[in-house]
Amino acid sequence: MKAVITVTGKDTTGIIAKVSAKCAERGANIIDITQSVLKDYFAMMMLVEIDGLNVKFGDFVDELKTVGEENGLFIQAMHEDIFNSMHRI
Amino acid sequence: MLNTKDILETINMIREEHLDVRTITMGISLLDCQTGDNKETCRKIYDKITKRAEKLVETGCNIEKEYGIPIINKRVSVTPVSLVGGSRSADDYVEIAKTLDKAAETVGVNFLGGFSALVHKGITANDKCMLESIPEALSQTSKVCSSVNVGTTRSGINMDAVKICGENIKKLAYLTKDDQSIGCAKFVVFANVPEDNPFMAGAFHGVGEPETVINVGVSGPGVVRSAVERAGECDFSALADVIKKTAFKVTRMGQLVAGVASERLGVPFGIVDLSLAPTPAVGDSVAHILEAMGLESCGAPGTTAALAMLNDAVKKGGSMASSHVGGLSGAFIPVSEDQGMIDAVTRGSLTIEKLEAMTCVCSVGLDMIAIPGDTSAETISGIIADEAAIGMINNKTTAVRLIPAYGKNIGDSIEFGGLLGYAPIIPVNNYSCKKFIERGGRIPAPIHSYKN
Repeated sequence: MKAVITVTGKDTTGIIAKVSAKCAERGANIIDITQSVLKDYFAMMMLVEIDGLNVKFGDFVDELKTVGEENGLFIQAMHEDIFNSMHRI
Repeated sequence: MLNTKDILETINMIREEHLDVRTITMGISLLDCQTGDNKETCRKIYDKITKRAEKLVETGCNIEKEYGIPIINKRVSVTPVSLVGGSRSADDYVEIAKTLDKAAETVGVNFLGGFSALVHKGITANDKCMLESIPEALSQTSKVCSSVNVGTTRSGINMDAVKICGENIKKLAYLTKDDQSIGCAKFVVFANVPEDNPFMAGAFHGVGEPETVINVGVSGPGVVRSAVERAGECDFSALADVIKKTAFKVTRMGQLVAGVASERLGVPFGIVDLSLAPTPAVGDSVAHILEAMGLESCGAPGTTAALAMLNDAVKKGGSMASSHVGGLSGAFIPVSEDQGMIDAVTRGSLTIEKLEAMTCVCSVGLDMIAIPGDTSAETISGIIADEAAIGMINNKTTAVRLIPAYGKNIGDSIEFGGLLGYAPIIPVNNYSCKKFIERGGRIPAPIHSYKN
């Protein structure tokens, strides 16, 4: 199973380092990283594999959210199925 | 491989355009709770609901977190209690309502539907007690929602029930007068009521349904409006396509959530209700979609046509996205819950007569409309009869949820807060229909209902 982590907000140094450190700590394997600009905010997306997580996915979502709040960013992890179901027939 | 544009589109829909799953509703059959003794019936009802729906809220919250999609309401619907109570007095039914309220509180849902009666052809002794209990039952509980089906295309309209419902709405407004007559927001009168509707106040668990079932109601007026705005000055064929594509995406999300919820709870999936359900939040309005199509204000000539097209395109787009479509499925036009409707009423462009015309082409009916507190019970019954006739003749669901706000008149407004919003009092035609309503009996079913 995969999840999409999105990070939006003002650009600062070390965002990727912080998010990937959390992924490594929890056993989420990063498959792809990409970034883009939507309207006025910076957006980064990470595709991670969550089969090897050492916590429940829901807790991982909360922990990433906290990393975001500590750094003035909005970080959200979402199960990939939401995108697959919406955009694939 | 996921595409960045698609990911951003989904996230933008959720964060900026209020995309959400409006409700996960668990339907629970109470048919096995009937006993000869009301106390025992209440105990069985409480035990069954609290056991079956024990994990509903927790599961809903987990799905919300993992998939990143807000699930606004988790609710329960039950078998119409007039079929379960078997009680001999209205007081017994008030006790049942209190039991349902307590069960809703225990499982943590904000509303529980099914304090209902199906009386479209006739009223049984049980139905009579139940109907009589509605004003007391709803004024003494906070989470219980009630509905009454007074007509169907197949059976015609039960005008005795229509009369009782008008009187009930007046009593309910009076009994909850200290709380802006909020009791009326929990009571809806239907024609052709669907048995798998997940939305309140009209949800109940039909008799043809399984033991338990998961029904999901999607929403997304904000998403559709943004798509219509982005489409610019295209013609109607192109506009309908834009709405269909958007409805497809919104519904797929609902189908996903329904499937996951059903699997985790071990409860069969019933239907996805493809509805555009507005909220008072800015940008989440059905009226604003109609205005984005080119109307200066909702209610202007062209409104009914715009709504008809919207409703149809939502169904076409949504029906391919879900394995089972049901419930009300279409655009809702509740006045107090839609900022665009509220503004249109306030500026005088939207009247109750225009709303009635709109109900001919959308999913439900006259919904969450505040009318003067001195409107008579007969006039309310007359409005119910008109709506039921539209439903009966056009083979569609129609409903009436009016709030004759006690002590209020034109120029005043009532404010419920939350998803129920606020409503300016709207004028009603007060020429009398008393003699018409007092005739009683049944309006016969229309000729085109004889299909066998």
